[in-house]
Amino acid sequence: MNRFAELLDRLAYEPGRNNKLRLLSGYFREVGDPDRGYALAALTGALSFKHAKPALIRDLIASRTDEVLFGLSYDYVGDLSETVALMWPKSAMAAHNNPPSPTLTEVVTTLRTLGKTELPKQLERWLDELDETGRWALLKLVTGAMRIGISARLAKTAAAALGDKDPHEIELIWPGLSPPYLDLFAWLEGRSQKPVNRDPAPFRPVMLAHAIEDSDFASLDPADYIAEWKWDGIRVQAVAGRDDGGQITARLYSRTGEDITGSFPDLVPSLRLPGAIDGELLILREGRVQSFNVLQQRLNRKVVSPKLIKEFPIHLRAYDLLGDDENDLRELPFAERREHLETFIAKLDDPRIDLSPIVPFASWDALTAARADPASAGAGEDADAVEGVMLKRRDAPYLPGRPKGQWWKWKRDPHIIDAVLMYAQRGHGKRSSYYSDYTFGVWSETENGEELVPVGKAYFGFTDEELLQIDRFVRRNTTEKFGPVRHVVHEGDKGLVLEVAFEGLQRSPRHKSGVAMRFPRISRLRWDKPPREADRLETLERMLKEEAAEIEA
Amino acid sequence: MTEMRPQDILLPTADGLCCKPGGFHIDPIRPVARAVITHGHSDHARAGHGAVLATQETLDMMRLRYGENFAGSTQAIRYGEELRLGDVKVKFHPAGHVLGSAQIAVSAKDTCIVASGDYKDAPDPTCVPFELVPCDVFITEATFGLPVFRHGDAAEEVRKLLASVALFPERAHLVGAYSLGKAQRVIALLRQAGYDAPIYLHGAMETITHYYQSRGIALGELRPAMGVKKAALAGTITLAPPSATADLWTRRFPDPLTAFASGWMRVRARARQRGIELPLVISDHADWDGLTATIAATGAGEIWVTHGQEDALVHWCKTQGLHARPLDLVGYGEEEGETPIQAEAEA
Repeated sequence: MNRFAELLDRLAYEPGRNNKLRLLSGYFREVGDPDRGYALAALTGALSFKHAKPALIRDLIASRTDEVLFGLSYDYVGDLSETVALMWPKSAMAAHNNPPSPTLTEVVTTLRTLGKTELPKQLERWLDELDETGRWALLKLVTGAMRIGISARLAKTAAAALGDKDPHEIELIWPGLSPPYLDLFAWLEGRSQKPVNRDPAPFRPVMLAHAIEDSDFASLDPADYIAEWKWDGIRVQAVAGRDDGGQITARLYSRTGEDITGSFPDLVPSLRLPGAIDGELLILREGRVQSFNVLQQRLNRKVVSPKLIKEFPIHLRAYDLLGDDENDLRELPFAERREHLETFIAKLDDPRIDLSPIVPFASWDALTAARADPASAGAGEDADAVEGVMLKRRDAPYLPGRPKGQWWKWKRDPHIIDAVLMYAQRGHGKRSSYYSDYTFGVWSETENGEELVPVGKAYFGFTDEELLQIDRFVRRNTTEKFGPVRHVVHEGDKGLVLEVAFEGLQRSPRHKSGVAMRFPRISRLRWDKPPREADRLETLERMLKEEAAEIEA
Repeated sequence: MTEMRPQDILLPTADGLCCKPGGFHIDPIRPVARAVITHGHSDHARAGHGAVLATQETLDMMRLRYGENFAGSTQAIRYGEELRLGDVKVKFHPAGHVLGSAQIAVSAKDTCIVASGDYKDAPDPTCVPFELVPCDVFITEATFGLPVFRHGDAAEEVRKLLASVALFPERAHLVGAYSLGKAQRVIALLRQAGYDAPIYLHGAMETITHYYQSRGIALGELRPAMGVKKAALAGTITLAPPSATADLWTRRFPDPLTAFASGWMRVRARARQRGIELPLVISDHADWDGLTATIAATGAGEIWVTHGQEDALVHWCKTQGLHARPLDLVGYGEEEGETPIQAEAEA
């Protein structure tokens, strides 16, 4: 555990990708099985311990320290594991005996088998046995919240370096592997064959797009790209395959690989041809794509009732084909995969699954026009469900992750309002010393007269430089403090106007204003604008009426 | 004669801690007629007062920083020396914070209040160790007044730095350290650990560091970093003000590795925010254990807590049956109106 803790600690401070890789591959080379395999699992998010919830760790620290001091410390540090690791007072007996600390394998295997009731005592023993760094790493591990700036991809890249392999090769077999990855390391060290995936319907890591900036177009040639609509639904992977007995197994995965088949039983019968479709989950009513708000009624449901299925009929709009029966198509260029996809969808011939149409364009100007008005560029009546356009390189293979220059997303302009900063709260983790969570409001006529009502909270969208500026503004213009929350001056002529961009609106009884924003973020700081000129609640209500009309339909 | 309450002796005002019966302020943040100064850090020692009473070292540092005319008149006082000012007596005791730093004991009749300024109870080769002063009211700082701050052994942190220098001989190590006190302490600790190569200094460090040397503090061979060829700086250690370690200035160094010597480095997010690769937990302020042990040992029944994490320390005092309250003094530490990063540098 100490060697793993040391690795995490050094990684947490190391900014350079190459140095991170050096530290990681050094660790994989130095440390034997099965410890290194469990480390790889921890770094790729492949471990989860269902009983080790943050609440349990809070209980443990509460039993050893003063509640108020813990609360103040946690507020300050902003990270539960670190707060507990720093504060933990060793028991007198442990301090005296200096017991040996556990290995990573001991910790992982013990956590896997331990019952819920035995867990607290065991964690307490380990916390007494480890030093500060060890405690921090242990708590990061058991809660599954590493947040040390290491992506799963980077950890796999470091492992691949052991055998001079392309990390892409690991990605392709990854869904069939499990900790402590003895077969993977054996292959990487040249001691055995490459492991194969025996799952008939495995998840394939998803390829993602970069948001395109205006300045990117200059270096891109329209002839190299194919455009399609970016539908405002849920990105999924629909996989069907034959098991050993020749029976079809069908699964639906979220973009992170979570199996969500159970929530969409109505789609399963349509997945009867072996293959892997990358597509968008939508609700279609009378052939028309509904808004994300409508689709949302079907998400995160424990029970999927026949009524729900009938009222919110599910649909899969296909973007890409990753596998056709036994053939892995991911190495093929997108243009060829698209041909396979068209053939596959035609053969499937199912009303619940259709092709996402190509958007023809000859120049960036033409595409700009299509994006501005999807209805007349082929999206027809579905135009409202178009979130923007996707640009995909014709010759791009299907690469897991977010490879540079292959796929671009070009969203339509989001909704924008000018709101006034009302309260600020310190961030957590990396931002724990900055006021980085902002509650903003718009003007409304209430029983107290004209006043600002909070309509949302945003904690990103700004640059690091802007964060410093807002932080300074908050500290200099605090009118009241409530624990971690500061009331910031917000009057007609005193305060800070934030331009807030968001994707949609919903009615919400939880907010005093009655509305809730989807995906709000700070798009600009309007130092130039006096707060009195910020938007009014009526503007939001007008937008809301437009959106609500769709759900009722 | 009526009994004197502590707040009749010392009272927080907008200008700083005011002693009405003595006719002076302690570490005033705005120009006053008579100032009594605990130590030379800029948030405590400001220019423009009428008369200033402080240790010789503090007066010298103020002169170096602000020029000859930093005050109307000055008077030096030694540790252990007692003076009568108006109706009170004032006595200076070592605070162990930086060279010349003092706690100020103010006594009137039977009541003794100690204003500790900034202090630490950990060993420091560059200044006189902290002296425990029994008193009735103890005014404590609370910069690291949370139980997550446990500083550990500074010598161990310096060993970490030297291990990194050995591991990356091709890189230059830049150690961010506040230029008054911390920098000289880090240099002295490096010398104690047996490091005898020349140590390089950022220009902003030179004056104060040379002043330390002139007061008999051995710091070994020091060289200005300016004008040295880039390649010659590989494998060396350079001390710089924290703000400079993220500056264009660092481009003169080969593949610089940024360290920062500060108590704030105990919290990972703080180190990461600043892009620190090698956090060194070395502080000139008492840590949580130091604060609580000191408070208990003074025997004071009443504790006034100022600049830092007042809430936690006040709460702790109350759990120990002590009267405690936060002193709402502004102008020190984080609330200086600077960005938190700049203000932290003083810790």
